[in-house]
Amino acid sequence: MANTDALRVPVVARPADDPSIALRLQRIWETRAGWIGALASVDHKSIGKRYLVTSFAFLILGGLEAAVMRLQLAQPNQALLTPEQYNQLFTMHGVTMIFLYALPVLSGFSNFLWPLLLGSRDMAFPRLNAFSYWVFLFSGIFLYASFPVGRAPDAGWFNYVPYSSLAYNPGINIDLYALGMVLLGVSTTVGSINFIVTLIRTRAPGMSINRVPILVWGTLTASVGNIFAVPAVSLAFFMLWMDRRFGMHFFDVTGGGQPLLWQHLFWMFGHPWVYAIVLPAMGIVSDGLPTFCRRPLVGYTAVALATVTTMVLGFGVWVHHMFATGLPPLSLSFFSAASFVIVIPSAVGVFAWLATIWTGRPQFTTPFLFFAGFVIVFVIGGVSGFMTAAVPVDVQLTDTYFVVAHLHYVLIGINVFPVVGGIHYWFPKFTGRLMNERLGKWTFWIMFIGFNVGFFPMHILGVLGMPRRVYTYSDGLGWSTLNLVITLGAYLFAFGVLLFLINVWRSLRQGERAGANPWNGPSLEWATASPPPPYNFAVIPTVGSRYPLWESQMTGQTGESTTAEGFLLDDGRETIGTSVLDAVPDVILRMPGDSLAPLLLSIALVVLFIGMLVQSWWLFGAALAASLLATIAWLWPEARLGQTMDIAHE
Amino acid sequence: MKPMTSSRVAAAAALCGAPLLADAEPAMSYLHTFGPAGDPATRLGWGLAIISIVVVVVITVLLLAAALRRRLPSADPRALAVHRDEGGMPWLYIGVGVSTVVLVGCAVWTMFTVAAVAMPTQTVLTLQVTAAQWWWSVRYESSEPDRIFTIANEIHIPVGRPVRIELASQDVIHSFWIPQLAGKMDVIPGQTNVTWLQADQPGTYRGQCGEYCGAQHAHMAMYVVADTPQDYAIWVRDQLRDAAAPASEAARLGEQAFTAHCAACHAVRGTDAGGILGPDLTHLMSRHTIAAGLLPNTPGNLAAWIADSQALKPGSRMPALALSGRDLSATLTYLQTLH
Amino acid sequence: MNEAEALYDGAPLPVGSKGRLSSGWWGMVTLIATETALFAYLLFSYFYVASHNGGAWPPGGPPKLYLAIPGTIVLMLGSVTMWWGEKGIRAGRQRQLLIGLSASVLLGVAFVALEGIEWSQKNFTPKTNAYGSLYFTVTGFHLTHVLVGVLMLMMLFVWTLLGYFGVRRHSTVAIAVMYWHFVTAVWVAVFLTFYISPYLAR
Repeated sequence: MANTDALRVPVVARPADDPSIALRLQRIWETRAGWIGALASVDHKSIGKRYLVTSFAFLILGGLEAAVMRLQLAQPNQALLTPEQYNQLFTMHGVTMIFLYALPVLSGFSNFLWPLLLGSRDMAFPRLNAFSYWVFLFSGIFLYASFPVGRAPDAGWFNYVPYSSLAYNPGINIDLYALGMVLLGVSTTVGSINFIVTLIRTRAPGMSINRVPILVWGTLTASVGNIFAVPAVSLAFFMLWMDRRFGMHFFDVTGGGQPLLWQHLFWMFGHPWVYAIVLPAMGIVSDGLPTFCRRPLVGYTAVALATVTTMVLGFGVWVHHMFATGLPPLSLSFFSAASFVIVIPSAVGVFAWLATIWTGRPQFTTPFLFFAGFVIVFVIGGVSGFMTAAVPVDVQLTDTYFVVAHLHYVLIGINVFPVVGGIHYWFPKFTGRLMNERLGKWTFWIMFIGFNVGFFPMHILGVLGMPRRVYTYSDGLGWSTLNLVITLGAYLFAFGVLLFLINVWRSLRQGERAGANPWNGPSLEWATASPPPPYNFAVIPTVGSRYPLWESQMTGQTGESTTAEGFLLDDGRETIGTSVLDAVPDVILRMPGDSLAPLLLSIALVVLFIGMLVQSWWLFGAALAASLLATIAWLWPEARLGQTMDIAHE
Repeated sequence: MKPMTSSRVAAAAALCGAPLLADAEPAMSYLHTFGPAGDPATRLGWGLAIISIVVVVVITVLLLAAALRRRLPSADPRALAVHRDEGGMPWLYIGVGVSTVVLVGCAVWTMFTVAAVAMPTQTVLTLQVTAAQWWWSVRYESSEPDRIFTIANEIHIPVGRPVRIELASQDVIHSFWIPQLAGKMDVIPGQTNVTWLQADQPGTYRGQCGEYCGAQHAHMAMYVVADTPQDYAIWVRDQLRDAAAPASEAARLGEQAFTAHCAACHAVRGTDAGGILGPDLTHLMSRHTIAAGLLPNTPGNLAAWIADSQALKPGSRMPALALSGRDLSATLTYLQTLH
Repeated sequence: MNEAEALYDGAPLPVGSKGRLSSGWWGMVTLIATETALFAYLLFSYFYVASHNGGAWPPGGPPKLYLAIPGTIVLMLGSVTMWWGEKGIRAGRQRQLLIGLSASVLLGVAFVALEGIEWSQKNFTPKTNAYGSLYFTVTGFHLTHVLVGVLMLMMLFVWTLLGYFGVRRHSTVAIAVMYWHFVTAVWVAVFLTFYISPYLAR
């Protein structure tokens, strides 16, 4: 290609007419074989699968922690665990599930699927994508290193001061938690930046903002939320570390500090976070349910707007985690009212899903069961939250098992169920094979029944007054039988998860091979092979509606999508950049290829944080220098990427 | 919980493990509350719970109906159900509309309830409750200095009268919670949160710390006993008295053992023991439980607690004392004179 | 291909990193958004602690302005010189960019020096009380951002010398300059909070 200028008319090609296109693109986009290739890979599909596998590993660890706790609580006055052991387990259970599973698993789906859903060849920042994975992995290991060194954090995942301050918790455990969270925050932030810029800039031509799948809306919203929320918790943990190890006084009363400052900063992050970990999952349902109801989602615009509204309102309710702290009644009333209002956009979703099922022709596949069952657990979780929105009721319910019920209904119900359903749904796309339907249905029923038997009684336990975060309880308070039932239900649920994992394992080996679109789904990812080639699309698709692959079966569509003909963009790794609202092509983007810089920078960062943890300032300094050098090398302008006056060509 | 009579015998018998009255609700249940600090919220809670249950039932029925009514036969799984991207919007209009009305109504009800449970301007008694890891110190305030006294873990209040509670923390964040009387109020170092209680029926109400505060958060209970006016007056009179001087030789030896081993942390008014790190023990025998509600107050439990508190409440601030058998029984004898 | 024809008229498209069309530009915008949030939370912490501290705040009286005002002016000048330098490279004038970068680096270093002097003259430390902790942490976070900015400008200097930038290729400059202006803007907010608001509150 003799393109010497910085301008070019992109070639339009038809892959069906030219088999060499696929070969050429394969060569350009494939990851080099071997372990260096694997470590340097920036393929969003690999990164997505890594996120999924790693977050499931953490899910299992968190589940094991819960299993041990439930054994301890199955009967009153048990001594299976010491109080300290129990407190470490419940803390790490929360940390693991909320930070190391719930968001990363959704990042996994989004990383794999977004470029496919959006008709693109990669995320906007491929190397940053790899970096966000490595930092996630290392921060998870960093946090779990607390177990082998004998001191896991034990002040709860919410880590309130003064209990988490040096005076009451002198060990290295809290520092591990604090610094680990700051490190994880880096991963979350850069991951969010990647999603936002990808959505704004790299959609296929014609994929206007109102044609974007709801999973994309959900992840986008979560990412914008994270951009604004994560700094609060990173700052809180950093300030705590400074109080603990440098004698500062942000939170300690004797120096004029404020214990409640911790809670405000933590929950200013914490509440938007809980929406970040469910909105993309709700998007999975909004995109998956239509496939199995054989019709488009009812109320797409309402659902998209409701997604954004929920996140915006989510920044205005954080005090509802602090209703018992003695704040002024006016403040409590405002946040109580806001907490009622935030239920409204959730109702939009529920009725959209109901309407889609009612007006559609449901197919009782495993994904459908998970997506439909999710609606019930979503509503139960929602109404228990609605009850806690009322301040005078909340001051009874808060810190009891009622809230434990609520949070598990919203987290397991609104995150795990869509995730498991989503894996069944997209498994063929990820791996080229289908999961076993029969085992899948058994999995659903055992998980659903086990979950409800395990967690519904917690509502009752809560109103019978059992507090949270207790390593044991007395007999004679009416709590014993319920706790036993809960333990049994939890184990049944865990068995269901085990069946799911067995299904994944077996299907990877012997699952029925899948074609490009085994479910006859409507969106662009089903136009690629299963699994897709490294370059995703041989030519960039053009999009004419929300459901490109259903256009031929529906009338009244505004335009015609096509994957048969489009921009070839094969002068190295390239994709098309399009305008924000209407996705008009406006630039040819040069994409970075595989690189070890993300991994090296991640390693340097972890060493930096280890230096801070053990307060070895020479280690810190060396790692800082290494990090800066790695960053400079990474950002060094490259001709190949079109960042310098001379643009290089393949 | 049906409140029991305030007679000590019945209360002691009940708390020592004899079953609660046959139709009694569990002691920490707030499905029913017994005073104006909690009742309006309990009504609201029941209202919201009923609405919640109705919503869940309705949605479940709709979902099952939706899933089953036009379930796809295996005939042509690839066909679409509709030809146009439309339809179904009335579900949203009606569903979200009804939800909004219900939500706004509940928000308004909530605001009224907030006002209804507010502390009355006039209270008859002020208690300063100091929470510590893992027990409760309670100081009865008075405008007359010689009517101020300090107890621990078991609060008595006059029935039917509003009592003001000022909350202070000795260490970390705790939460003061007597579920059958009122909602929680956190105890936060550096500030004094204020809450109130009123028990409209005589009886014993159990409470427990409601904010995770460390290893023994699970065992930081307390009791509020609502007495009739006469019983309350008697109780206050008894609490105001200094500890009786030991009458027997054994008790005198016990007092010496107590001063040697316990006075650094515990106080007994009328003696040299003035420690403030642990509960005031002046009238220990008037309490029905020990170790912040962990055990009924029996000689056997007291002995076990003093001999090895760490075995019963690991992590507790009371160290395991290596007392000789003689010192232990002497101390025990002395303590049992502290009515 | 109706849709595509309606969307794209066949005109040549820019290739690579092109101003506001570049991913890096949008990436910097989102980075600035998240860093803005960080400083918002820092300043929130200041006001929260201040409002709960009853009597005297700041404990030693309002801070003196004789170093902070010159520092503010220096930093703002640094933004002006950088704006001027970027204007140069947009017209292809490498020299102008190099001068602008040098001036901004010097001004940035001058700001750091002034801040350092002010720090050393304070009669409190981060360990003294909450005010001390907040003062040094917030200004310290800002100082770190300035140092990163100075490093970025120095790298830009090197890359300009290597001939990377010109009329049609200067996104990297625009991106870094955006960051530099952000650092100045944050300082204005920090300055107003720590140095001006105590006088207004009296």
